[in-house]
Amino acid sequence: MFTAGAEGLLHQARGIQDEELQKFCSRVVKLLQKEELGPDAVDALQRLFLIVSATKYKRKLEKTCVDLLQTTLCAPKCPEQLQLLCTAILRERSPSDDLNLSCDHVQNSRQLSLVASVLLAQGDKKEEVRSVGQRAFRVLESRQPEGPSLRHLLPVVSKVTHLAPHTLHEDQTNLLSKRLVDWLRYASVQQGVPHTSGGFFSAPRARQPGPVTEVDGAVATDFFTVLSTGQHFTEDQWLNVQAFSMLRAWLLHSSPRGPSSPDTDDKSELEGSTLSVLSATSTASHLLPPQERLREKAFEYCQRLIEQSTRRALRKGDSDLQKACLVEAVLLLDVLCRQDPSFLYRTLSCLKALHARLCGDPARVRALLPIAQFFLNHGEAAAVDSEAILQHLFTRIPCELFHSPMLAFEFVCFCRDSLPVFGRNLDILRRSFPNLFKLLAWNSPALTSEFVALLPSLVDSGTAVEMLHALLDLPCLTAALDLQLRLSPAAAERPLWDVSLRNPSCLEASRDPQFQGLLQHLLRATASGTTERLAPLHQLLQPLASLTRVVQCAEAVPTLLQAFFSAVTQFADGALSNQLALLLLERSDSLYQVPQYEAHVHRVLSSQFLVLCARHPSLVVELAKELLEFVGSVSSVHSRETMLTAVVWAVGEYLSVSWDRRCTVEQINRFFEALEALLFEVTQSRPSATLPKCPPRVITVLMTTLTKLASRSQDLIPRVSLFLSKMRSLAQNPAPSSDRCGEDAGAVCTRAAELLTLLKMPSVAQFVLTPSAEVSEPRYHRDTNTALPLALRTVSRLVEKEAGLLLG
Amino acid sequence: MVAYPAGLSHLPHQGLWLPSSVHPGAMVYAFLIHTLRAPQAQDMGLCRVLYSCVFGAENSPDDPRPHGAERDRLLRKEQILAVARQVESMCRLQQQASGRTPMDLQPQSSDEPVPLHEAPVGAFRLAAGDPFQEVRTVVWLGVLSLGFALVLDPHENLLLAEGTLRLLVRLLLDHLRLLTPSANLLLRADRIEGILARFLPHGQLLFLNDQFVQGLEKEFSAAWPR
Repeated sequence: MFTAGAEGLLHQARGIQDEELQKFCSRVVKLLQKEELGPDAVDALQRLFLIVSATKYKRKLEKTCVDLLQTTLCAPKCPEQLQLLCTAILRERSPSDDLNLSCDHVQNSRQLSLVASVLLAQGDKKEEVRSVGQRAFRVLESRQPEGPSLRHLLPVVSKVTHLAPHTLHEDQTNLLSKRLVDWLRYASVQQGVPHTSGGFFSAPRARQPGPVTEVDGAVATDFFTVLSTGQHFTEDQWLNVQAFSMLRAWLLHSSPRGPSSPDTDDKSELEGSTLSVLSATSTASHLLPPQERLREKAFEYCQRLIEQSTRRALRKGDSDLQKACLVEAVLLLDVLCRQDPSFLYRTLSCLKALHARLCGDPARVRALLPIAQFFLNHGEAAAVDSEAILQHLFTRIPCELFHSPMLAFEFVCFCRDSLPVFGRNLDILRRSFPNLFKLLAWNSPALTSEFVALLPSLVDSGTAVEMLHALLDLPCLTAALDLQLRLSPAAAERPLWDVSLRNPSCLEASRDPQFQGLLQHLLRATASGTTERLAPLHQLLQPLASLTRVVQCAEAVPTLLQAFFSAVTQFADGALSNQLALLLLERSDSLYQVPQYEAHVHRVLSSQFLVLCARHPSLVVELAKELLEFVGSVSSVHSRETMLTAVVWAVGEYLSVSWDRRCTVEQINRFFEALEALLFEVTQSRPSATLPKCPPRVITVLMTTLTKLASRSQDLIPRVSLFLSKMRSLAQNPAPSSDRCGEDAGAVCTRAAELLTLLKMPSVAQFVLTPSAEVSEPRYHRDTNTALPLALRTVSRLVEKEAGLLLG
Repeated sequence: MVAYPAGLSHLPHQGLWLPSSVHPGAMVYAFLIHTLRAPQAQDMGLCRVLYSCVFGAENSPDDPRPHGAERDRLLRKEQILAVARQVESMCRLQQQASGRTPMDLQPQSSDEPVPLHEAPVGAFRLAAGDPFQEVRTVVWLGVLSLGFALVLDPHENLLLAEGTLRLLVRLLLDHLRLLTPSANLLLRADRIEGILARFLPHGQLLFLNDQFVQGLEKEFSAAWPR
């Protein structure tokens, strides 16, 4: 537990001054120089470690102290405790320039392991990785495989291979591959002998230790693997564990061809052609080159693991290991088949059987992901249809196990990483988005960034509308999942739902058939192609809207919407844009009521509405009827300020013949009247306690849009001028009851004055307020002789003059 | 196996030669223990890294300026702290979402084992360049006021990583008696190192069955009597 005492200690370690530290170092030096290193030395080194590690800044240690730490670390008789502390201190100081540790003469593999952990932390500025690697192989070459402590060496080799695979020579690679074959395939099948200390009770036993057993207690039927067990283990059994643990990485690093990307065409051709000519049996494998032989043995090992994982483990730890081994075996088989397609035929039958077995075993569901990965990678080459496997995975797993954070993460990573190999199965992934969203709705903090990356591949023109509905309903889905868990008959020993809320009132009501249909729609597994109005469900689930999980999900939605729209706007045509724009308007007042949710979503929706309009300006003319309806409802001003502002602005920008020839004077007049009425209503209505005052942004945008429309239908100019001067005087002399503050009124007044001035010269007004598309060309802004700068200068002079008059 | 000329391995972007996708390593990059502040005490104190171990560092940048090593170390420390902070917030979010308080996990007496299978656990991905050069996955586990995390290479066997993390936490709780109020892991780095050296040597995840775990634990207990 982290207590105040510990916090104090940490502060002390950080605050220690150089002088004090120097004194402490001399004490450490004295202690380390003693013949017998006792508990004092341990205690001092523990403190030194804390001092060095507790700060992110460099600690100056005396050179003698650093040197002594290095010699102590390398002293053969030094107790492990002290060696580890010296290693940890030196490693914590890395990278450091004053290190003169070298592994060149280290013979002992355990010591090499200690030195390596310091050297490998140096950042490879002086080729430390190469020298550690070379030394490790020297030790490996000098010993018999059954040498007593090679197991300390293998992790070092593994790390070096990982950090700098190119530093190994071919003969070294071959040597290790040969050794790995021995350790993997030919470890002893007899149990090890216990190391007796010769104490009183441990009289040397004469009887043989007996054979190793399987995890279910039966005598082992075949060669030793990590799933073989016994009371004690021999050295080569330890090495078997090490060898298997590093096998996948080693195969990938040491393969002469290197793992090719799974979706290259030449490879699948290769697989197809070799598949038919190669027989299923392995022939005289001892004659094969070391790499191929290792692959052969790795294949046998995987098959044995898959067989061993059917056994019923007596211990929980072993049962967990069985699951991890299954995953590893499938991942290994994938690597093997990528490196040598002749394994494909044998692997397929084995994995098909495994898949069938795992489908009925919920505890081992995580192994289904690498299996699906395998079929995605090799399905085409092996002429096997992976559709059924994917179908099962996507329709069943997310809805059953969305509440497992690890599975959810792994599932989404699988989707994201496998995107390049989905090929014609991409459709299955796309149609499963409602199920994938369950993972997201339940685990939004960890998965939002993954979905931001995944969404562009998930959405297409066929699913865009349905997906947008689903994204907007995501917090509601979270609530529905919580409800589903509460209602599920198989109550887990530990409730999976939010336990802080007991017995919400909607529990019983949700059984009502009218909600059942809607709930089923919300909780569907695949895209249905239809949309339902979920408003009744929003009300039903309202008691769950305050759940933290729902609020968390609601916070993620704006980010997801941004990602959705930036993907959709890439391909959306006019028809889809119209559909989406309508959906935005419609859904803006039909959202699940989560605190702050509506305001945040409106901000995204309004900006995306403008993006859609900018990409397809005809939208405004085509949706004229719906937009008129939208602005016609004054009640929306307060709840939908941002949406309304965007729509009004878009009308002013795009309701023009220059954008769409179908735009008529009648249309402009109709919008003018509607907006005029709206402006009148929001400015004339007295602010009251129930109705907050109208924000100045809405007023100025309304005035601007009215002016724009008037400049296009010039009969309207007198009307709008009259209105604007009224607005100006209203803003200058606010009614005493009005609480409109000066700044707001000032903004409205300035805008009204500007627009009035503009309208005095209708042709300039039209040019400024409805610029042609050419205006966005750079020429118009650079060349002073073109019309735009000229017009702008004229206008600004006029405005300045008018403003001067106002002030004077 | 192609042995590149020595000079090439010093290129600032080694990934140029060996893109990370070629190395779906099976290694752990780092292990860390840090504090988890109670949600209501967030403005009190900071998230503290109590112990961290990086297994084989990322290559240092070629930095001709003086004190390059110091800056490099500073960067590594900041990277680990960034992971700790993110784990802390993930753990808090998950715990709040489940409607539980960290105290629900508290065993009634110190002799009782902590129900680790009920502890909040999770994983998330760190994009390349933020904070590490390469993409990493973080698997974490929260126990009362302590967070434990493994920083992994992507494509690691997550099930094995999760199992290993649970095992490490169980061993640390048992052998450092972390849950007794007086326990102080700050001055017991040797035990942590001893456990890591056996169960996660150089960041290698091991497939250890129950008997292997027991064997290693016995070996550890002999070297560090409780």
